[in-house]
Amino acid sequence: MALLDTDPMKQFEVEPIVPLPTVFGVDLTITNTATMMIMITLLIVGGLSLLMGKRALVPARGQSIAELIYEFVADMASSIMGKDGMSFFPYVFSLFTFIFVANLLGLIPGMFTVTSHIIVTLTLAMITMGIVLWVGFTKNGLGFLRLFAPKGLPWWMYPLLVPIEVISFLSRPFSLAIRLFANMLAGHILLKLFGGFTISLVGALGLIGAGGLLAVLAMSILTAVTGLEFLIAFLQAYIFSVLTCIYINDALHPSH
Amino acid sequence: MELDAAKQIGAGIAAIALAGAGVGIGTIFGNYLAGALRNPSAAAGQFTNLLIGFALTEFTGLLGFVVAMIILFG
Repeated sequence: MALLDTDPMKQFEVEPIVPLPTVFGVDLTITNTATMMIMITLLIVGGLSLLMGKRALVPARGQSIAELIYEFVADMASSIMGKDGMSFFPYVFSLFTFIFVANLLGLIPGMFTVTSHIIVTLTLAMITMGIVLWVGFTKNGLGFLRLFAPKGLPWWMYPLLVPIEVISFLSRPFSLAIRLFANMLAGHILLKLFGGFTISLVGALGLIGAGGLLAVLAMSILTAVTGLEFLIAFLQAYIFSVLTCIYINDALHPSH
Repeated sequence: MELDAAKQIGAGIAAIALAGAGVGIGTIFGNYLAGALRNPSAAAGQFTNLLIGFALTEFTGLLGFVVAMIILFG
């Protein structure tokens, strides 16, 4: 019945490209996920160095694009974390560019979306939480635990509030990871569904008449959703890095 | 066969989470717009908070999606 393979989950399958042996229990096989991540990293590093070029004082076209991205993230990071938080700016910038480029490359038809896999997003979120815990305890010592008990409340509130704060802290990495992964997964399933729908409409009802009209309708919805996906690709990268900044700021200044 | 049917129904029920997310996102953007029209000069400073609120609200809807995926494929 189906003209093409219209299973919407097929695009998320991880396939080996270069089979390599398992060393010490770690499978070294290069899959399409690994290839895409290497490509994304090379694209960011190569693209930014190419754009920066001669590092002129008065930027030319290419350099001002690179500076635009840099200043956008730098403004966001410094407005949330303050001056002493800018030592974490390289991490936030890498995070933003990696997720943004991964989302954008995933939108090219036929490409693999790295961020639609929870293992990738959860790893990024775990790195963030690792930095938060490390900074919080090295900078404030046990004073970091004040984060779980805000000042200025009646004493009987604390037995209620502390467990809530602890649970909300523990759920942070999962909310970061699931937000990005589910957004990407849902968006790409939607695109694939509308694409498959267009083709099966023409296949079932014919190109002339009702089938063609409905297919044009489905195709225009697909186009609109693709536009929305570009917005979401940017928004999710932005939100991930904003929340990372907020969490790191919590670790730097834990007394609310 | 009945288990399959129950799975499909359960995944459909999990989509109800979208109703809550829709109400929440509407409230956030509606209130932001109302506030921004009253005091446009303060609007730009609250844009980050707007997006954070949007992200937190959207997450509740996405949890419903994840539950549906777990029911269907888990």
